[in-house]
Amino acid sequence: MSARPSTRLSTRQARSLTGWGIANLAVVLYALFPVWWIVALSFKDPATLSDGDFVPRTWTWANYRGIFRTSEFTRALVNSIGIAVIATTVAVVLGTMAAYAVARLRFPGKRLLIGVSLLIAMFPPISLVSPLFDIERVLGLFDTWAGLIIPYMTFSLPLAIYTLSAFFREIPWDLEKAAKVDGATPWQAFRLVIAPLAAPGVFTTGILVFIFCWNDFLFAISLTSTTSARTVPAAIAFFTGSSQFEQPTGSIAAAAVIITIPIVVFVLLFQRRIVAGLTAGAVKG
Amino acid sequence: MAEIVLDGITKRYPDGALAVRGVDLTIADGEFVILVGPSGCGKSTTLNMIAGLEDITEGTLRIAGQVVNDRAPKDRDIAMVFQSYALYPHMSVRDNMGFALRLAKADKATIAAKVEEAARILDLTQHLDRKPANLSGGQRQRVAMGRAIVRDPKAFLMDEPLSNLDAKLRVQMRTQIAALQRRLGTTTVYVTHDQVEAMTLGDRVVVMRAGVVQQVGSPQELYDEPVNLFVAGFIGSPGMNFLGAALAENTLRTSLGALPLDDRTRRALERADAPRDLIVGIRPEDFEDAALGEHTGGAVCTVTVEVRESVGSDVYVHFAEEGGPVPTEELAELAADSGRADTGLQEHRVVARLSTATRAAEGGPLDLWVDTARIHVFDPRTGANLTHPERAAG
Ligand SMILES: Nc1ncnc2c1ncn2[C@@H]1O[C@H](COP(=O)(O)OP(=O)(O)OP(=O)(O)O)[C@@H](O)[C@H]1O
Ligand SMILES: [Mg+2]
Repeated sequence: MSARPSTRLSTRQARSLTGWGIANLAVVLYALFPVWWIVALSFKDPATLSDGDFVPRTWTWANYRGIFRTSEFTRALVNSIGIAVIATTVAVVLGTMAAYAVARLRFPGKRLLIGVSLLIAMFPPISLVSPLFDIERVLGLFDTWAGLIIPYMTFSLPLAIYTLSAFFREIPWDLEKAAKVDGATPWQAFRLVIAPLAAPGVFTTGILVFIFCWNDFLFAISLTSTTSARTVPAAIAFFTGSSQFEQPTGSIAAAAVIITIPIVVFVLLFQRRIVAGLTAGAVKG
Repeated sequence: MAEIVLDGITKRYPDGALAVRGVDLTIADGEFVILVGPSGCGKSTTLNMIAGLEDITEGTLRIAGQVVNDRAPKDRDIAMVFQSYALYPHMSVRDNMGFALRLAKADKATIAAKVEEAARILDLTQHLDRKPANLSGGQRQRVAMGRAIVRDPKAFLMDEPLSNLDAKLRVQMRTQIAALQRRLGTTTVYVTHDQVEAMTLGDRVVVMRAGVVQQVGSPQELYDEPVNLFVAGFIGSPGMNFLGAALAENTLRTSLGALPLDDRTRRALERADAPRDLIVGIRPEDFEDAALGEHTGGAVCTVTVEVRESVGSDVYVHFAEEGGPVPTEELAELAADSGRADTGLQEHRVVARLSTATRAAEGGPLDLWVDTARIHVFDPRTGANLTHPERAAG
């Protein structure tokens, strides 16, 4: 008697699983198709570049060798990594502190802080580009790392504060009180109890901010003029073909593949840290 | 181990809420003191002020003779057990219990030994390497206790530590906590909502209402000699019955009939210059079936039984009483706290606890004897117990 409902349930479960499987597959294919296309392009030689084949007929490393032949691309890669890492670190550190305050403390001007950060997040960056250009020229920040790091930080901080304060709100207040009574200084309570529990949130935020900085094209193209601070997305725009009649499609594809790699590595590296439910078991039960 | 002295402690929250007002309390070294009161009366606030988690607005707090008002929690050497347990979810049971010792820079061997010892006492040895998420509610509660006892602190503060456990486990843990406290002899302040915990655990009970201490005394004192209407109604389960009464010559006229005044009560009422309208309090056990045994003194009244509940050792009889007492703020608050206000039972009900030999039947009449020597008489204007021995002697 009890077996029948359970088998019926399991067939229903199986059916829904297949349904989900198909849906997932469709989404993954849809998402990965352009990625594969660019990878395929990057391995084609100039002659077969526009043949529209899904798999290269002949595989070649020529495009990759091409972009590393001059220092232009390597320079841009160094700029990209340096700028994104510094901007992410600073944004996450500042964002963590601000989010902690927003989630935990009552202080005058809290609503103002939230409002202003929301305002920044809503401001279309394009409208700020020309004023920023002028300001940075005057201040001597134009075409420097700092000239990009500062706007990146500004635009990613609201995002960081929002994501992180949501995570902090999840952490029970009592844990902090318990730590204080156990003899922790406020800093120790934060470092030994709150921070480890907020880690998944910090890593999630870090990845989001990193991706934002890494992918940015608008600021990178407008606020740089030489290779001294030009990041990869901007540098790609300056690629030229080997003759003036030739499109640099292959080189662009190769560069695009290369700048995707750090993001993938970054996500894979921290994926394990982004496990939900780390606070489970803190309270009652 | 230490004495804790609260001297005129007042707490005003930044939003202006006055949570605790002028609490004076001396908790002796090794004493087990219980704070009880309805929700929102300031129990947790008081405890948090002792712990240092909330600033003290006014008054001085002394622990072991030293004023600690401005000391951070970590410098007060007290341990706290939270209602939510507040176990660190990313640490094993061992690390949870050893956390305070590690912060205090104790050496590894000492920490290990103390944690093992506490785990043995609390029967947690086989769970030491597990994470809190993988423990049952009772085990988590014990880890929270363990975290407090490994430190050998000056005092334990516990805020409703058992309220998340189911009834059976709660009884077990209650006895365990009592035994543990006796054994360690550590000064303990224990906040609870639970009547039974309040009456059984502590050496003394502090009853609070709206941030003000109403009465401090041993459980028996509070039960037998409540100073006011609020304490009388709050302590005891089922609670004291309150009836409206009019003072006339040597009797109190109530809806149950005229209750003759004995000498003690009469003198007390004379001295207090009592008003004509009063509130009479009768505990359920101060009624008895008049048909059973010989009763001297007191009064007999006839009621109609509405509900009869047999709990094995006793029989509870509920009956309606017209009129009810003069409505006072205290009674309204007591009703709200016991949930009576939500049941929609507007009509006043009286409960009597009778011996199992009673023949009382639902819907039938019953002759009840009232032990008038044990009744309490309250002034509805102030809520004060006019028959309280101190006042009566006074
Ligand atoms: N942070 C705060 N800010 C303002 N008012 C507060 C704050 N915390 C508590 N209060 C108020 O102070 C009063 C006492 O609160 P407290 O938490 O001490 O009550 P309690 O006796 O512990 O109640 P419960 O039994 O529900 O735990 C309540 O009226 C509450 O609303
Ligand atoms: Mg409380």
